Amino acid sequence: MTTTRFRFLFTFFFLLLLLSPAISPARAASKNLILATTTSTQDSGLLDLLIPLFEKESGLMVKTIAVGSGQAMKMGEKGEADVLLVHSPDAEKKFMTGEFGINRRLVMHNDFILVGPTTDPAKIRGMKQSTVAFKQIAATGALFLSRGDNSGTHAKEKGLWNGAGINPEGQKWYQQTGLGMGQTLNVAAEKKGYTLADRGTYLAMKKSLGMEILVEGEPLLLNIYHVIEVNPLKWPKVNGAGARAFAEFMISKKVQDLIGKFGAEKYGAPLFFPDAGKKPETLGL
Amino acid sequence: MNRTPVLEARDLRVRRGGTEVLAINSFTLHENETVALIGPNGAGKSSLMLTLAGLLEPASGQLLFRNEPLPTGSAATGYRRRIAMVFQEPLLFDTTVFGNVAAGLKIRGIPPGEIRDRVDATLRRFRIAHLAQRSARKLSGGEAQRTSLARAFATRPEVIILDEPFAALDPPTRQLLTDDLEQVLREWRTAAILSTHDQGEALRLADRMMVMNNGAIVQSGPPSEVMNRPATEFVAAFVGMENIFSGTTTTTVGGLLSLEIAGTHLEFMGDGVPGENVVFCIRPEHVTVSVGTPESHTSARNVFPGRIVRIVPLGLYQKLYLECGFTLVAAVTNQSLQELQLAPGSPVFASFKATAVHLFRSG
Amino acid sequence: MEVLFQGIREALRLLLTFDKEVLSITLLSLKVSGLATLISVGVGMGGGTAVALTEFPGKRLLVSVVNTGMGLPPVVVGLFVTVMLWRNGPLGQWEILYTPTAMVIAQTVIAAPIVMGITIAAIQNLPPNLKLQILSLGASRPQMLLLLVREARLPLLAAVMAGFGGVISEVGASIMVGGNIKGYTRVLTTATVMESGKGNFDTAIALGIILLTLCFGINYLLTVVQQRERPR
Repeated sequence: MTTTRFRFLFTFFFLLLLLSPAISPARAASKNLILATTTSTQDSGLLDLLIPLFEKESGLMVKTIAVGSGQAMKMGEKGEADVLLVHSPDAEKKFMTGEFGINRRLVMHNDFILVGPTTDPAKIRGMKQSTVAFKQIAATGALFLSRGDNSGTHAKEKGLWNGAGINPEGQKWYQQTGLGMGQTLNVAAEKKGYTLADRGTYLAMKKSLGMEILVEGEPLLLNIYHVIEVNPLKWPKVNGAGARAFAEFMISKKVQDLIGKFGAEKYGAPLFFPDAGKKPETLGL
Repeated sequence: MNRTPVLEARDLRVRRGGTEVLAINSFTLHENETVALIGPNGAGKSSLMLTLAGLLEPASGQLLFRNEPLPTGSAATGYRRRIAMVFQEPLLFDTTVFGNVAAGLKIRGIPPGEIRDRVDATLRRFRIAHLAQRSARKLSGGEAQRTSLARAFATRPEVIILDEPFAALDPPTRQLLTDDLEQVLREWRTAAILSTHDQGEALRLADRMMVMNNGAIVQSGPPSEVMNRPATEFVAAFVGMENIFSGTTTTTVGGLLSLEIAGTHLEFMGDGVPGENVVFCIRPEHVTVSVGTPESHTSARNVFPGRIVRIVPLGLYQKLYLECGFTLVAAVTNQSLQELQLAPGSPVFASFKATAVHLFRSG
Repeated sequence: MEVLFQGIREALRLLLTFDKEVLSITLLSLKVSGLATLISVGVGMGGGTAVALTEFPGKRLLVSVVNTGMGLPPVVVGLFVTVMLWRNGPLGQWEILYTPTAMVIAQTVIAAPIVMGITIAAIQNLPPNLKLQILSLGASRPQMLLLLVREARLPLLAAVMAGFGGVISEVGASIMVGGNIKGYTRVLTTATVMESGKGNFDTAIALGIILLTLCFGINYLLTVVQQRERPR
């Protein structure tokens, strides 16, 4: 009869819910830690290694929200995140001046690289100065793909255009993807354009891209990550203690060693260089 | 006939969508009785039936079931379990014929074994036992309406309300179903209210006929009375009294009234005083047509010379429109038409008995 | 083309080896979307039946609103739910942003109008006198509702399918309110977006294939139930 079928259907749904572990309601506030970070740290896989370690150590549940550095700081400004791991130094300074964050600490760096098709239509291969390379790209009208998403990489890229004295906005050869690093690299590979990428993401994706590093090694291209605790005085709901614990964890000797080794085996070279305790100036800035 | 009232309504007023659709001063359905409701579309037949079925809340008035007021709201369910209703559309459930006929019993929480017995008996009674396991979607119109009737009767209702149950069926199917319904009603002695457009159906099934117009019952009585002695001009027209005249009485002698219409003198039975405005009517089948002057000793008092204007064939008989100074409609058999060699233009004599005239005072 | 075959191979590998992470992602997808669908069925079918069967001023407006809601863009829903659930938002004290609960809420907002809209249409499509016929058979109000819903069961099952299909394949809202947190709020769609972002197209395609298989499986099941409903 019809009713039995209906019962069957509903039983199915109920079983579905019962068989899978119950959806846990929100854990107590202090047990939660919202980490707002950049897509590059998530896409590199580093956080997949570190977060479980931290959770085990601290007993906290970390919610990693991978967004651009710009959005990560906006979340911090509104008290919607507890701790930030970001790489957009100029914006970070503004963030600190606004007293939205406390204890901005250097964690690690890798570097940005200028990548493009092997054919290199703008002939920038091997150039020592990124701004010169950018000028050349503009002059030849070769396609350049920008993140265009207010991320740390985007901020760095805008700084470099500025240094080159060029305003690429609205130019035909300048396109903004509005996507994360990985996706922007995919678009650049597909369209045979140039783009600025962080080395970690590039190395992680190298095999499927068919793109080459054309300009690298300049101090200006350093990509520096800081950990910032969101100011708990500004937002009482912020988990200040958890944020402090995470920051301490990130600069601890053990984690710094892990960062230094991460990716070395898989990609032949480490993706990040641990910098805890150093001053930014010593990196060549 | 048992005259115990089963269902009664007094001073009933029903509103739908802000307008009053029913104003029933008095309605009674007796034990074992079949009442036929006739009337044009929009007369309020359906509204009255829904109200009596407890499906439409009256704005005011009294509704009694076996001398108890009809319960309202959720308590009405108990009342509705003692009656049943069948609509023009079969409104079957998307299951088997058996499942449909069992529906009312299931709703009442009757044990499955008993349901099986009662459904089987009802299916046999309506001669659809062979369809029991068939999908209700795969039935002919007649089979579907039989299933709908069986579903209603399976609960053995004390009152059955049938809202134009056969209106959508073709005439032969309708005939067969009317036969079966008549038998079941007689056998199970179920009090019934039936609305129909088919006067033949009403005459067959009804012990009493009610004519409705504009939300009111305008006449109620035995079918022969309603058909032959309509209370108003509306009823007369509705039951097929095609010859309706109005005029003023001239003389009254010994229960015989005289009346002049278009210079012609008419006589008929009736009480009255001279100078009174009356309406009178004659059924076409009561008008006799002859070619020569009718014999002098005919009992027909009203004989008029005239001419045939138009002949309309209606199957078994033909309708003649006669010009006799006024227009008179007569019904003659096909046979008579041939024997008398009648054709448009033929001069004829029309006559009717004074007793065939039905008279009422015009309002 | 090669990446597609790699993806299919990867999908088979992940499925056949019962990859723990893929399994938990798949289960979470089912759990979140299943629960959202279940709530939507409760709210949408109940509300839809009530709306279809009652007359009240503003009914047309409400039905139009519901019908518009059937096409709500998931990202817009995600945005509104996020804003509502922010710590410092109106419902901040619930502390449920970036949890599966938040995803269930967002997906319910997406699915409920779909289920409700189809329910209203399905019930209104029944013959107008059917309700009266059922009552005159002696049904109480709850019995009548049950019988009406049973009569409309084929389109109502379609409503369940549409609702479930809409949320299991939705990504915009899930990624916004869930945050795609590994092992916690990562579902098939958000994982697919992330893996393709990382350039792991084979894994992304594998996840996509699992999602498709899942959708097909559930819809096949419901279709079987729907078709077996018909008596001979």
